[in-house]
Amino acid sequence: MVEFEAVTKQFHSGSAAVDNLTIDIDRGAITVLVGPSGCGKTTSLRMINRMVEPTSGTIRVNSEDISSKPAAQLRRSMGYVMQSAGLMPHRTVVENIATVPRLNGQSRKDSRRRALELLDVVGLQGAMAKRYPSQLSGGQQQRVGVARALAADPPILLMDEPFSAVDPVVRAELQTELLRLQKDLSKTIVFVTHDIDEATVLGDKVAVFATGGRVAQYATAEEILRAPVDDFVAGFVGRDRGFRHLAFNSGEQLWVHPIGTRSVSELPKGNAGREWTLMADDGGRPVGWMAPDSPPLTDRTELVPGGSLYRRGDSLRGAMDAALSSPSGLGVVIDDGGKVAGVVKPGEVLSAIEQSRIDRNRGNGTG
Amino acid sequence: MEWVFNNSDEILRYTGLHLYQSVVPLALGLMIAIPIGQLARQHRALGGFVLSASSVMYTVPSLALFVMLPVVLGTGIIDLINVIVALTLYAVALLTRSMVDALNSVDDGVRQAATAMGYKPFRRFFHVDLPLSVPVLFAGLRVVSVSNISLVSVGAVIGIPNLGYYFINGMQRRFILEIVTGIVLTLLLAVLMDLLLVLIEKLLTPWTRAAGAAPPTDAARAEALATGPHHDTGAAADPGRAPELEGRGR
Repeated sequence: MVEFEAVTKQFHSGSAAVDNLTIDIDRGAITVLVGPSGCGKTTSLRMINRMVEPTSGTIRVNSEDISSKPAAQLRRSMGYVMQSAGLMPHRTVVENIATVPRLNGQSRKDSRRRALELLDVVGLQGAMAKRYPSQLSGGQQQRVGVARALAADPPILLMDEPFSAVDPVVRAELQTELLRLQKDLSKTIVFVTHDIDEATVLGDKVAVFATGGRVAQYATAEEILRAPVDDFVAGFVGRDRGFRHLAFNSGEQLWVHPIGTRSVSELPKGNAGREWTLMADDGGRPVGWMAPDSPPLTDRTELVPGGSLYRRGDSLRGAMDAALSSPSGLGVVIDDGGKVAGVVKPGEVLSAIEQSRIDRNRGNGTG
Repeated sequence: MEWVFNNSDEILRYTGLHLYQSVVPLALGLMIAIPIGQLARQHRALGGFVLSASSVMYTVPSLALFVMLPVVLGTGIIDLINVIVALTLYAVALLTRSMVDALNSVDDGVRQAATAMGYKPFRRFFHVDLPLSVPVLFAGLRVVSVSNISLVSVGAVIGIPNLGYYFINGMQRRFILEIVTGIVLTLLLAVLMDLLLVLIEKLLTPWTRAAGAAPPTDAARAEALATGPHHDTGAAADPGRAPELEGRGR
């Protein structure tokens, strides 16, 4: 869909921002350009919509050399989302979203209707339409930024560190939301980030840029975590790459042990047992643990807080984390409704990890 | 007071002329300063020259200019055009700097986002850069408006009809009421023009008032409280500029 062929960009100082870049970006997939600052990833992204012109080399979109297209027209055929949204402070939310349709000459009424539709697509309420960007939270602004990029229904979305200015909780939310949108829309997305975690969560393919503007590895996220090609990539993906790689191993095979729970509403009456007791609320959702032989508790705030929760069927990363973070050593498993479904044991999670490694090696051997 | 009633027709006519001689240069100056400001911002070397030249221009005494212009333009000495041209030159000198500051106050991220969405340069300037420069530009415009209204009076020295005539005539006749009338009407014009400009600015910048209306998050609210005193002092003089200056300070 987007092809870089021997693309080099040199700035006036003579240093190469991008050095002889040749990659082919897949249609309908999320490709993440990741690397330390100053590695040329943003420059590469901006060359796709001619915000930056390459010094040499060719960039083709749909097999067409982009340098032959008028820049403004090219840009309107690609959505662009940037850090801290870049919304027009003097335009309302709905006017911001309608920008590109208006530039393309659509009527005010049609653009507006489209904008309201998109507000819903990105999960914002219609009441937001008439607000100004300064009246929105950072996360809401980013959603508007995504809606604006989608307004003209472009086949390509360029995203330049779009989620790096929001807090981690909102960022995770926006990432999930983007993946959900992408399931329906199947856009060709080029996404720039310096966060390797974000890259592996979002990217179908990941291009790791090294300083000096060269691509060190271009592969699936799974492969980059499992088999970094050199010390640079290994160092960049970090010490926890083994743990992060578990995100690509299904936990379907994992044995979930049933566990009895006690309701927090019975707290004042009950004494602690000999073992850790999992406490749940009236809806069956986990609340925390009661320690063995603990004195009688009167209130749920006195419980030992639980660890992370593992949704049944998610990756082994979630299972391992649930097991390791639980005070009782038992990882709490929940079903889709958030109710307690059982527990996993750390040793068994490790065995499952080992089993999936063996399966993978066998797969590699035959295929 | 009888003098005022007897001369009310003339006073009204002079007030009208005074307003005309100060507002037309303001409008012309603005129209000239906007493109010059944009050019000066885009070309650094040219910008330095333009800003120095405009400073020098402003130091030329107004009376000298009123006397000199008829020679240059070939107009009569008491022709209104002399005043209009002279005050337009001053307005351009002051507003060019305001315009450059105003354009620099626009967030570059917004500019880039507009370009990335496919705005062509001309359209982007009128739809993005210019509307966003209004708060800072109007701060300059208000100064020039007041300065013009006072400078117009100087023209009366060489016989151009406006409220300045009452200062000169009153001084010569030692007639206090005439002087006071001239001063009060000049002040009134200045105040009314200022109010008008504030009103226009409000109409052009509805988003600046929305900004403080409903802080969206607790964090934003806390930040607003923390920077409150700055906003108060800054906003009184110039609501649009205060956050920008703070942004640079950090």
